[in-house]
Amino acid sequence: MRRSMLFIPGNSPSLLMNADVLGADSIIFDLEDAVSPAEKDSARILVRNLLRRFDYDSCEVIVRINSVDTEFWTKDLDEIIPFHPDMIMPPKTNSEDDVRLVSQYIGTLEEKCGMKKNSVKLIPLIETAMGVENAYRIASADERVAAIFLGAEDLSADLRCKRTKEGTEILYSRQRLVVAARAACVDVYDTPFTDVNDDEGIRKDASFAKALGFTGKASISPRHIDAINEAFSPTQADIKYAHEVMNAIEQAALEGKGVVALRGKMIDAPVVARARQVIEMEKAIYGA
Amino acid sequence: MEIIRKAWAGTGESSDAYVLVSPANTLEIEISSVVYNQYAKAIDKAVRETLADLGVEKGTITINDKGALDCVIQARVETAIKRASEAGV
Repeated sequence: MRRSMLFIPGNSPSLLMNADVLGADSIIFDLEDAVSPAEKDSARILVRNLLRRFDYDSCEVIVRINSVDTEFWTKDLDEIIPFHPDMIMPPKTNSEDDVRLVSQYIGTLEEKCGMKKNSVKLIPLIETAMGVENAYRIASADERVAAIFLGAEDLSADLRCKRTKEGTEILYSRQRLVVAARAACVDVYDTPFTDVNDDEGIRKDASFAKALGFTGKASISPRHIDAINEAFSPTQADIKYAHEVMNAIEQAALEGKGVVALRGKMIDAPVVARARQVIEMEKAIYGA
Repeated sequence: MEIIRKAWAGTGESSDAYVLVSPANTLEIEISSVVYNQYAKAIDKAVRETLADLGVEKGTITINDKGALDCVIQARVETAIKRASEAGV
């Protein structure tokens, strides 16, 4: 289960070593924008040592490497892959070729380190107009891709529009990514809400992203994690209804009925599929 | 790896260490730490392990520790050494 993803600057020991106690389902160790060019070497070695030292068992570990148009990305992977992060996030992914380039390089390192093939997954960060246009190709480029992620700050600069709290300027891109990801059968994550002090704003933004079909949302602040987790978790009413649906289906099967109704409404395949998803989420959040 | 120029890594922030390395004809390790009384030996051991891994036999290594974990100190020492060596990082 991955509802929330929290960015942690890659050269900050105090934040990195406590990253897994902040409530996020995933933590993203950032070697890209949060690290100045002069400190790329330092952050890379620091993150490697912390991955070697800590298990970070309570959450998933993602490392955002530098983009493939820099001199840094292969050095990042050389240091990080042997310590088995769950996922790598390549930024500024513009095409399926960018995905395959990173995937092939990870593959050679996995083989060299005796790791299981394709054990490290990818979550390409899409944050350019070209990336949005190629979203489905990116999402389906390689079996290593487990999710895609929208980055609205760079995207709005590329679109030459102002980034707003309402997000009208990224609505098309959000919807395009959701459709692309679902068509490719991978997860899809929404851009961070950047006003750290706007508690109501993050709740509205996360709920809107959930309504659009996103799997979860990233954050640059631990303050936003609770609101994101809440927005992307089923409500108690959702859980109750999901169990009623599954009970009704089981009862109908026992009685040999082909058509099932609940609360006066017919239960069809999409209703059952949604109920199963809610129960899976319930198990992931609250245990079996 | 040989230290051929002065270089540094890390910060003076809490849980971090600032490491300065410079060329010398012998190996000298100077440690100052907010937890010196409790952890000086452990810090010295962590530094020497990293120097051995990198094949560094000579140089002055100055550590200003602000309560960093051993793996953080080792990361800062490695970065400083690589910045100070011929090949760089």
